[in-house]
Order: sequence, then C-alpha cells, then structure tokens
Amino acid sequence: MSNPAETEPEPGLSRRPVEIVTALILIGLAGLVLWDSYGRGAGWDNGPENGFFPARVGWLFLAASLFILVQSFRSENKIFVTWEQLKQVTRVLGPLVLFVALIQPLGLYVASAAFILVFMGVVGTSRWWSILLTAILVPIVCFWVFELQFRVPLPKGPLEAALGY
Amino acid sequence: MKQHWLAACAALVAGAGPALAWEPTKAIEIVVPFAAGGASDQMARTMQGIIQKHNLTSQPIIVVNKPAAGGAEGMLDIQKSSGDPHKLITTSSGVFMTPMATKLPLNWTDYTPVAMMAQDSFVLWVNAKSPYQKVSDFMEAAKKAAPPLKVGGTSSKREDNLIVFAMEKVGGVKLAFIPHNSGGQTTTQLAGNHIEASTNNPAEDVANWRGGATRPLCVFSDQQMTYKEPVADGKSWADIPTCPSQGLNVTYQMLRGMFMPGKVTKDQQAFYVDMFKKISQTPEWKEYLARSALVPDYRDGEAFVAFLKEDEAKHEKLMSEAGFMAK
Amino acid sequence: MDDFASLITGFQVALSWQNVGFMAIGVVLGIIVGVLPGLGGPNGVAILLPLTFGMDPTSAIILLSSIYWGALFGGAITSILFNIPGEAWSVATTFDGYPMAVQGKAAEALTAAFTASFIGALAGVVLITFVAPLVAEFALRFGPAEFFAVFLLTFCSFIGMGRENRAKILASLCIGFLLAAVGLDSISGDLRMTFGSTELMRGFDFLIVVIGLFGVSEILLTVEEGLVFKGKQARIDLMVVLRTWAGLPRYWLTLARSCLVGMWMGVTPGGAIAASFMGYGLAKRFSKRGKNFGKGEIEGVLAPETAAHAAGTSALLPMLALGIPGSATAAVLLGGLLVWGLQPGPMLFVEQKDFVWGLIASMYLGNLAGLIIVLATVPLFAAIMRIPFSYVAPVILIVCAIGAYTISNSIFDIWLMLIFGVVGYVFKKLDFPLAPLVLALVLGDRAEDAFRQALLGSAGSLNVFYANGLVTTLVVLALMLLCWGPVSDLIGAVRNRGRASKAAEAAE
Repeated sequence: MSNPAETEPEPGLSRRPVEIVTALILIGLAGLVLWDSYGRGAGWDNGPENGFFPARVGWLFLAASLFILVQSFRSENKIFVTWEQLKQVTRVLGPLVLFVALIQPLGLYVASAAFILVFMGVVGTSRWWSILLTAILVPIVCFWVFELQFRVPLPKGPLEAALGY
Repeated sequence: MKQHWLAACAALVAGAGPALAWEPTKAIEIVVPFAAGGASDQMARTMQGIIQKHNLTSQPIIVVNKPAAGGAEGMLDIQKSSGDPHKLITTSSGVFMTPMATKLPLNWTDYTPVAMMAQDSFVLWVNAKSPYQKVSDFMEAAKKAAPPLKVGGTSSKREDNLIVFAMEKVGGVKLAFIPHNSGGQTTTQLAGNHIEASTNNPAEDVANWRGGATRPLCVFSDQQMTYKEPVADGKSWADIPTCPSQGLNVTYQMLRGMFMPGKVTKDQQAFYVDMFKKISQTPEWKEYLARSALVPDYRDGEAFVAFLKEDEAKHEKLMSEAGFMAK
Repeated sequence: MDDFASLITGFQVALSWQNVGFMAIGVVLGIIVGVLPGLGGPNGVAILLPLTFGMDPTSAIILLSSIYWGALFGGAITSILFNIPGEAWSVATTFDGYPMAVQGKAAEALTAAFTASFIGALAGVVLITFVAPLVAEFALRFGPAEFFAVFLLTFCSFIGMGRENRAKILASLCIGFLLAAVGLDSISGDLRMTFGSTELMRGFDFLIVVIGLFGVSEILLTVEEGLVFKGKQARIDLMVVLRTWAGLPRYWLTLARSCLVGMWMGVTPGGAIAASFMGYGLAKRFSKRGKNFGKGEIEGVLAPETAAHAAGTSALLPMLALGIPGSATAAVLLGGLLVWGLQPGPMLFVEQKDFVWGLIASMYLGNLAGLIIVLATVPLFAAIMRIPFSYVAPVILIVCAIGAYTISNSIFDIWLMLIFGVVGYVFKKLDFPLAPLVLALVLGDRAEDAFRQALLGSAGSLNVFYANGLVTTLVVLALMLLCWGPVSDLIGAVRNRGRASKAAEAAE
C-alpha cells in the first residue's frame, strides 16, 4: 500500500539513505540500552538481575540493526517517498505539530480550533464558512462530551479559565 | 434505605461545624496510586459510594488509578497538581517508601495531609492444606528448606518485602521473597500452592480464607485484631494470635490516609477534613473497616502530621537496615 | 439440575421490560464509551457505577454488564474504520479489518467483527454457566512458570511465520520488549532505562504507542496519495449484514478454534490480549488462505475477535469464583460488587446464588441485545467513511490526541504519540512489521515478571520450566509452533532450492 503503481519514476527521496539513517538510530538505541543495563547489573544473581533481560534483548537488537544496516547497502535503491508525496505529508504533519505545541499554552480546545482552521485552510478543499463552523463546533462538542458529560478533565488554557472552568 | 438516611443525618449532625467557607466547584478526583481491585482501590471506591450516598458534596467523585512505577505515577500527578483543590490521593506507607526506594524527587511534606482513616495489619498466611499449624512449624521448616521457602507479597522493596526481611533476621532463616503485582495475585498463587506463605493484608486474603484455601498463622502486631464476627471455620479475626506471642518478634502496620496537593488554602483543606471525618462516622465505613479488618485509627491535623513524622523515621531505619534505599 | 432452575429464574428477572430497557441504554452508552478515546470500558463503567447505587443490585449489574458488552463491541469500530485500536485486544482486529475498510468493505468487516464477538462471548458465557467451579479450580494450577509458558506460547504462535524480512521482525520484536521494560521493574523494585526522566518513569503505555503507530501514521500514509479517504465506496445497507452472515459458516473451523483458544486463555489467566494474538496467529497458520492475511481477509477479523471475547468473558469466571479480576473493566465491576456488599470469591456461588445466576442470565441477554443494536448501527458507522477527508482527518487526530492525553493526563504523551506516528510511517514504508512490536510491548514485561518470579522461587534453577506435566506441555507446544514456520520453509527450500533462495535474497 506504500507505493502507488508508478508509470515513470517521479523524483523523490530515495530509500537507501532512509534505511541507513533508521538502522543507525536503531544501533544508537541498542547502545543506549546496553549502557544502561550493564550500568545497573545485567548478570545472574540467584536469578536474573534487573538489567539481564534488557541487556540480552539489547544484544539481539544490536545484531538485527547491524544486519539491517548491511542489508540497506545491498538492497535495490527505490524511491522512499516522492517530493510530491512528502509535500502532502508535511501539509498534515506541520499543522499537527503546531497543534500539539499549542495544547500546553492554550489548552486543548482552543488548540483544536486552531488546528482545524490551519489544516482545512492548508488543504483548501472546503469553503471558508464550513471551515469556521467545523473549527467552532468540534471543540464545543468535545467539551460537552468530555468535560460535561463524562467529566474527563482535558488540558485547559486561559480562555476556559476566563469562562470559569 | 431509611436506616441509611437516618445514619447520614446523624453523621451530619455529629460532624456539623461552622458554615464552610469553601465548597468544591467541579468533579473531585481521587487518585489511587495502585491498580484497580487492590486494597487502596477498594477503599477509594467505598468512600466514593459513601460520599454519594450521603450527599457529602454536590460534586461527583471520580476514582482514577495511576499505578505505574509502584505508585510514583499517582504521587507525581499530585505533586504536579499543586494548588488544585479538586484532587485527593489515597496513601499508604508507600508515601515514604517509594521515594526512598527510587530516589524520585517526591516528599509527603509537599502535599497537604488531610486525614488518616485507618491502619492496616499484615498477616502471615499459608495454604490451608499445608502442614504448618503454628508459626514455629513454618519457621522450623524454613530452616531446613533448600531451596528456601517461597513467601509472596506485593511489590519489591515495599511493606511485604520489609516484613519478610525482618522474619529472616529475627528467625535466622533464609526465605525467597517473590514479588507480585497485587495482593489478589499473591493470594491466588498461595491458594494454588505455588508459594508457601504470604504476608497479605486481611482484606486481600479474606475471600480465600472463607473459601477454605488459605489459613492465617499470626498477625504482625503487638495486639490481636478486635473483630469478633466469625469469618471462616468459626474463627474470627480476633482469634488470630500475634506473631510476637508465637515467638516471631516482627510487627508492622501500615497507615491508610488521604492527602491533597500542596499549596491549597486552609478552607479547602478544612472542607475535606470535615468530609472524611463524616465518612469515618458512617455505618458503611464501619462496615467496610470490619469487612477489611482494618484497625480504626482516625486522625487529622497535628495528630496526623506527628504520626507521619514518626512513621517516616521508622521506615527510614527499616529501609536502610534492609538495604532497600536507592543509592 | 438445580443450577439450571436458577438460571431460568435469572432469565425471568432479566427479562422484565424495565431491565430490557436498562440493557438497551447500557449497550448504547457502552458503544459511545468504547468508540470515544480515553474513556474505554473500565472508565465508562467506573463513571457510571455511582449512578447504579440507588438501583436494586440485579438491575444495576444488568446495566453495568451491558455497558461492558457495548464497550467491547465499540472497540472494534475504531479499529476497523480508522486503524486505531481502542483496547489492547483490538490490535489484531486492525490487521485485516482496516484493509477491508480501505477496500470498501467496512460494513462486512464490522458485521464480521460484531458477530465474531458475539459468538466468542457466547462461548465464554456457556463455559461459565456449565463448568464454573470446575474450571475455576484449574486456574489455580497456574504458577509463574506456567504463566511464562502461556506467554511463550502466544509469542511462538504469532512469530516465526512472518513473511517479512526476518531481521526486521527481530528488530521490531526487540523494540517492543525494550519499550515494555522502561519504567519500574516490579521484581527488583528499581527504575530502569528512565535516564532520570520522570516522564519515562511511567513507561510507555501501550495505547499511546498504538495510537501513534497505527492511527496517526495511517493518516500520514493516506495523505500521500492525495487528501481523500480510501474506501469511499462502502456499501451501507443492511443487506450487507445478511450477506456476510451467509458467508460465515464456511469459517466454522476458525471460529471454533478461536473459541477454544479464547476460553482457555481466559480461564488460565493469560487474558484477552494474548488470546486475540494467538487466535490470529493460529488462523493465519492453519487457514488455507493464510497467505492473504493482513490484506483484508474476513477470517483475519473473525479469528482475533472471537478469541478475544471468548477470553474476556471467560475471564469473568476467575473474578466471580476467585475474586481476581481478569481485566481492568472486570476490576471495576469487582469494585461495584464490593460496594453492594457482595464479596467475590469462592463463597459467592454458594452465598449469593440468585445474584450470580441473575448476572449470568444478563450476560446472555445483554450480549444478544448488544449484537442487535450494533448491527443496526453498521450502516451508520460505515457512512462515516463517506464524510470528506478534510473534515474527518482533523477530528480523528484531535480524538487521537485526547485519547493519548487521558491515559495519564500528560501532554508529554501527546508528543510521544506524534513521535510514534512518524516512526510508524517510516517503519511501514521500510517494511518493518508493527505487529510483533505491539505484541512484545503488551506482553513483554508480564512474560519477564513471570520468568523471574519462577526463578526466584527455584533459586535460579531453570528446571521449573519442565517440572510438571502442565508446564512441560505448554513449553513443548510453544517450541513446536515456533519451529513450524522455519521447518516448513526449510522443507520448501530443499524442494526447490535454487529458485526459493534467490527469491528470498531479492526480498531482502
């Protein structure tokens, strides 16, 4: 499902560098695990110690990651993602990161409204009034359901505080 | 139902003081730093029921379990919620022991003590089919056993582990402490004969005792329990001998209390002190205490703080002796 | 048949029109709670528990258990429509359920999932009805060594048959194990791999990882191909339900196998999560169409759902008979029992006969009511797929964030979800299988705890793992399942060595 059937190769980010970077990150993580586990004791003291399992798994993980690294040099170099696709992904990921960043200062409801505005604006397939309506209604419905009906407290910001919640 | 209402009125009259300066304005969250179904959870849910039944506040009560990292998750949550008057946390000795064992930056003095509701006892349990009729039988067997006899409890480096450590020291024996995730799991393992003994709280083992699967040997306390209602085989909690009287000089009890986040106002604290005082006087609460064989010991204000200070010093000593302090 | 008479009385109580009304309300509430993130069965039951204190215990338990059924059914909806499993045992449902929805067969997948849940749960209730005390005894035979063997069996039935690159399966499995190990190690009581961070101390909650890996990453993959929803062409009439049903008898073997696996895993406290993975793994191995699993095979929806619900229902048995809750929702129900002054445990069946049989009767009826109600709503849910992507996507993402947040009220978790979303996107594109990761994450630390508990008891001797017939059988069975894949591969490879090995090279 990852790659659409391409009639002609579109320009894009190729697969090999992504494979290599992923493998390197995995190797780094394995190293971190091993360092932490041996730091706490990964031996056998009347049964396995606290770091025994993570350390064994860490070695396996390291081996698998090294193998993946070697493989990535041998594998056929296809396109990982075309620039066109990457642009589409950023159009979703960008607003999403913004949304998560805004939750802390503004509270989840206001951040949601902002997220819907930006997202739907960027996508640009809807009319402005329907975007606005969605941006206002969705947070209100969420508020009603979670805060009022089920009493699940979600992060709130200055606006909610001003309204007395 | 009628009786309950009368009782509620009585409780209200007894606890009625001057008009309260502060009332909760939204749902109150009781954080339980243990998994659902455990003893702390049962206590919180019993309180929830009592508060709602007797209308002790107009706001709903929500019980939230935050069991990760041996209860530290719940304690960190309360630490973060400094100044929030709509949060409560149930506490046990873990309030001292978790920071000691993990070196997490937590301290009960950062919270606002509300009330101590009771003390919980610990009992030495064995499988009903096992040959150990007396504590001395068990300790004799432990001396000879190789590999060592298995004693189960909840969590590592916590209450149960301390007791088992003390048993080893006092009895001059070697035991294998097997930590479980909950008292329920421990009692099931004991009923299935996968461990030789456990140091569960009375409430955690009562079902299996009544079902004829486990048997109490002694209670880790200087005094016998006071509940004389027969529980199983015509025996009551009060019939269980104390461990010191059986030659095993180990005693340990655990507080069960309620805290609020730090930096709340005096009025807010007073509201909850008043609420828990009322709870402690309801018949449902007394029934709960009897069912769980808790030692009634209500304290608030200075009495509670003094108890906490003393108890913390005691735990610090016990934990360092056992080598459970985080380095 | 004294018990049978009690059951009939139970039915009479449960069938009063008032109780049927409670059943319907409960199921609808349960579905809402199951579909909404961060609420889930346990929370839903907990929130609504106080409402029932004023009712008589039988009506109250009918309402609550109906919420429980509704939440179980509801969990499958998000798994299939959006690839976001609401509960750990719905993960395996996404493997084939979501691809079906993408192919425009959302209604079929939903019908299959609901029907399978019903069949599984029914099998569990039948088990409870007829052999309750006998089976409860069996659960007691499980010590730490046996627990470990059950988890091993689950791993082995699921792994070792992957078609993906073996190194990537292994890496994925390791990541799962390592994520599970972060936080407090319950055996030693020490923190590990937290690197001094209090946020990491909680460990990685499975739901956050799964919402990121499956839900968020799926949206990212979808937008690659333009900002439209896949599976727009879903047929959404009630006839689909009947057509799907007509096709079900063909899969009787899978259904029966999953029922057995589920009942067994529910009673031996292996749980619904292990059961769903095992049900899926076994179906994939033994089905004629096993090769197509993961691409939208209806059998791949039936197998895990049946097993999970047979297990989830059977898990109520240890709760009633032994007082050990088999799941978080069961634990909350247990709390309810305590509030009504009912002490679960071996004596409940003797002392509170009426209540127990009323509960069992309500399980039959609540489950049936649940099935009827959810089937009626299939077209409604399938229609969600027709709403334009630009409206649905932000709502799904917001709902994912809410779900991640509510698990432990931490904004850090929303960031984690986002990170795992990107990780999931990259992993899917690089053909890292995600299922082993999730399996290891969910069961890894439990397997490790059981292993170490067993060794603590045996003073470090490994012979506890073949000390008695039960544990030996489990271990041998596990090893057989593990070797099945490689051995059959080997036989195949020997048969046509040249071509097969070249093909394997190319695949790597």
